Amino acid sequence: MLPPVLGVLFDGIAYGMLLFLLSVGLSVTLGLMNFVNLAHCAFAMLGGYVTVSLMNELHWPFFASLPVAFLAAAAASVVFERTLYRRLYRASDLDQVLLTIGIAFVSVAVAAYFFGTTQQPVDMPSYMRGSFDVLGLNIAAYRLFLVGVGVVVTIVLIGTLEYTRFGAQVRAAVDNQRMASGLGINVEHTFAIAFALGSGLAGLGGALAIEIVGLDPNFAFTYLVYVLIIVSVGGLGSIGGSFAAACLIGISDIAGKYYVPELGAFLIYLVMVAVLMWRPAGLFGRR
Amino acid sequence: MKIMRIAAAGLLASAVGITAANAQKTIKIGVVLPYSGQFADGAKQVDEGIKLYMKQHGDTVAGKKIEIIRKDTGGIAPPVAKRLAEELVVRDNVDILAGWLLTPNAIAGCGVSAEAKKVSVIMNAATSIIVDKSPYCTRTSFTLPMVTTTLGTWAAKNGVKKAYTMVSDFAPGHDAEQGFINGFKAAGGEIVGSVRMAVANPDFSAYVQRAKDLNPEAIFVFIPGGAQPAAIGKAFAERGIDTKKTKVFGTGELTDDSALKNMGDTALNIITAWAYDHNLKNKLNLDFVAAYKKEFGGDNPNFFSAGGYDGMALIYEALKKTKGDADADKLIGAMKGTKWVSPRGPMMIDPETRDVVETIYIRRVEKVGGKLVNVDFSKVENVKDPVHEAMKKK
Amino acid sequence: MIPKSGNRLSDKIMRPQDAMSLAGAPSQPQEYLRSLSRWHPLEIAFWLATLLPFFLFPTYLSLASQIAVAALFALSLDIILGYAGIVSLGHAAFFGIGAYAAGLFSKFVWGEPFSGLLIAAAMAALIGYLTSFIIARFRHLTLIMITLGLGLLLAEAANSAGWLTGGSDGLQGVKIWPVFGYFKFDLYGTTAYGYSLAVLFLVFLAVRRLIHSPFGLSLRGIRENWTRMPAVGADSRAHIRKAYTIAAAIAGIAGAVIAQTTQTVSLEALSFERSADVLVMLVLGGAGRLYGGLVGAIIFMVARDQFSGIAPQYWYFGIGILLILVVMLLPNGILGGLAKLTARWSRK
Repeated sequence: MLPPVLGVLFDGIAYGMLLFLLSVGLSVTLGLMNFVNLAHCAFAMLGGYVTVSLMNELHWPFFASLPVAFLAAAAASVVFERTLYRRLYRASDLDQVLLTIGIAFVSVAVAAYFFGTTQQPVDMPSYMRGSFDVLGLNIAAYRLFLVGVGVVVTIVLIGTLEYTRFGAQVRAAVDNQRMASGLGINVEHTFAIAFALGSGLAGLGGALAIEIVGLDPNFAFTYLVYVLIIVSVGGLGSIGGSFAAACLIGISDIAGKYYVPELGAFLIYLVMVAVLMWRPAGLFGRR
Repeated sequence: MKIMRIAAAGLLASAVGITAANAQKTIKIGVVLPYSGQFADGAKQVDEGIKLYMKQHGDTVAGKKIEIIRKDTGGIAPPVAKRLAEELVVRDNVDILAGWLLTPNAIAGCGVSAEAKKVSVIMNAATSIIVDKSPYCTRTSFTLPMVTTTLGTWAAKNGVKKAYTMVSDFAPGHDAEQGFINGFKAAGGEIVGSVRMAVANPDFSAYVQRAKDLNPEAIFVFIPGGAQPAAIGKAFAERGIDTKKTKVFGTGELTDDSALKNMGDTALNIITAWAYDHNLKNKLNLDFVAAYKKEFGGDNPNFFSAGGYDGMALIYEALKKTKGDADADKLIGAMKGTKWVSPRGPMMIDPETRDVVETIYIRRVEKVGGKLVNVDFSKVENVKDPVHEAMKKK
Repeated sequence: MIPKSGNRLSDKIMRPQDAMSLAGAPSQPQEYLRSLSRWHPLEIAFWLATLLPFFLFPTYLSLASQIAVAALFALSLDIILGYAGIVSLGHAAFFGIGAYAAGLFSKFVWGEPFSGLLIAAAMAALIGYLTSFIIARFRHLTLIMITLGLGLLLAEAANSAGWLTGGSDGLQGVKIWPVFGYFKFDLYGTTAYGYSLAVLFLVFLAVRRLIHSPFGLSLRGIRENWTRMPAVGADSRAHIRKAYTIAAAIAGIAGAVIAQTTQTVSLEALSFERSADVLVMLVLGGAGRLYGGLVGAIIFMVARDQFSGIAPQYWYFGIGILLILVVMLLPNGILGGLAKLTARWSRK
């Protein structure tokens, strides 16, 4: 028999992965590209609605809908990037805030218009709903799945951004646009792809999250604070940092609720403030 | 400043004049609800209840045309709610205020109701004290203690000895917790533990694990409607809490239609107490549900819709009694003691407290024809708000 | 990875037109400050126009009163964001402290409004001063998130302290006496608007003086270059602490005014939404301009009221489009964009 603390640890990591998958796209757009994209959760919401529609209207299996959620959010973001975001890459943070809040507002109204205000039903296959015992520990299937996806996304993303030509181009373009284009990098093109990647990840995160957090038009705002916390605690520009931050926040939140429920509502914010006061640039931030 | 005051007095006088003139033809009802934001879904359903009643019963009563003016608070926002109520009174000259999904907004609205002498009909907000805030305030939904005390008493009388409570850590959660514990203990039950859960909380695994560690005979749950019921239902299933062995009790939000759709079979056997469900088998309700589904695209009505529907029923009944006079004193006088039959059963407005008196149903989630429904198998009639009853005794 | 310097928050907030006006300033600093503090005819027209609702829109005075409160709150955020470069997503903390202080004061001591205002301002200033020691140590995203975290912690604490605050039902028993013992807060909002407007105007006068003082000038210096200011003899952190405390006091006054004029106080006064809304209003109007928050509050609240009147369920759509249009057509907010347009126009 394993001690219950391991169960708490597993639940915490699983909750952390949920937060990580919701916020990893923002690590790309805000963390790498320095765009204050408060419409991040609107793209996540789009992914969620795509998944729900495919499952309920066309009876697609859940897994088949995930890539579509990614692509739909990525495609939508390219449209916004080309028409709106592109013009504000060099604008002040505050103008970026205003634009992206505006987009989030519009997305809430549009979602309410097309899908109604009700919680969308998510009908998971039953083997994803259950749980199994490992030496007396209760492991929920869907949580294990989230942890797996979280790890895969982290590895793929770090691999792409650190070790491929495209990753080098993105970093070069963000560091110094003029120099990068002088070296023959198509900066506009690179930014558009990086932005699509970030938003696509948002869409994927949204699709994965709805089984646990539900989906209604207010989704675009409800989880905004959580994703900002993960990205800032992890440190701007670091995917690994976001991963570590998500684990830290997830574990401390679950452990807090389990051992000291009186502090349940406070812990996530307390941990954030404490980490940022200790390391102002975040856990793995480089600036 | 003095000139301003005189000007204001003049305006007030002219507005009163306009009201009197209007009162001869139409009666305006100002409906204040959070049509946008987090609580938009509840507002929509209250509103649909109102619309359906008016469609079925016509927009004229006692020779007066009924006109609805809708205002959005955008969520919990008492200053906005108060301002909207004021504007409805002074700008739109409404005769009756109605709606009120959320307690803080309802209390702010009652301030205006008392000052402007307008009847205010609470169609959802469920905190006991609201109706005490204005002598012209009444309610057609229910109060949380009505539901949870009834459930606590019922549980203890039906063989449950020890229970654990889990509620959201905010005022309605505290009311629900207190209500359940009062009823349960008074009938001989014992509370083995309680936990209050963070309100903004997407993941219930830690709290449910805590409950499971104690392995209680029964668990009482109160959480707000929306995304959370499904989340906690799934957490119960994940932790392997078998609802056949461990009885799970809750209020109606826990097993609302949209929550059931999300929970799937994990919801089976959850026992809830509530004032209304679309599954009630009386003739009136069958017609109500059919008409509602036809009118609003297939979704079942729920307790929000019933609150709006019965709110209009009360207004219509009272206006019939006053022969179309919406004067607050006459109207509230007519409302006191009014009895009517609603899709949820017999209803009455308590003449003393102006609060609602109704049947509370005890239901169990079962699979009927492949669908999960709340099947009512017991009921308690003529339930009054226990908080007000306790006040009377003092 | 080292970012290009142009992406730093402090650099981004810099406004070229301010740098220009500094460059063209008279050689005597006192002269420069005096030239700034002269009243422009447009300003006088603006304040006269604030009296119009009494005559033109007598049934909109409740709304006008709440716009005045929002404007006051945005003005307070402008002091730290627009002038000292501190972006806060937790400013509602002080608004809420003021609201609860005023509400509790009326419940337990007495309902006289002006003393309530002073207590609220003092409470908010005290908490502002204490937290300013944390605030002054951080910059950029870290600062935004710390203000957000502190604000949310306070909101949770207020929810937990139900015995004092009434929790999520709101504070019960708030009773405010008539202003000067004579003007009762009425249904029309006449007193409410008169009261809110008077408070807004008085605070505005004080802020205007403050911004056009040497202190205001050093704040702008800090915004432009945080590390260099100490070299010219201005201690950045001390200045930030002072500005933060003043802004907190004003936010507390704004919260007190809403509590007194509506006689309601609830957790919503401390909420993240309120912090976010005021930031949007200020940026919409134009941060770093005395009238930015005022104009932003008016446009945002009136637009919201109108859109919501047309479609209570979908007003978000209209507001969203408005924000997007303003960013695209008038960067740096409405006033910032207009200033740029008029400058271009007058050069032709």
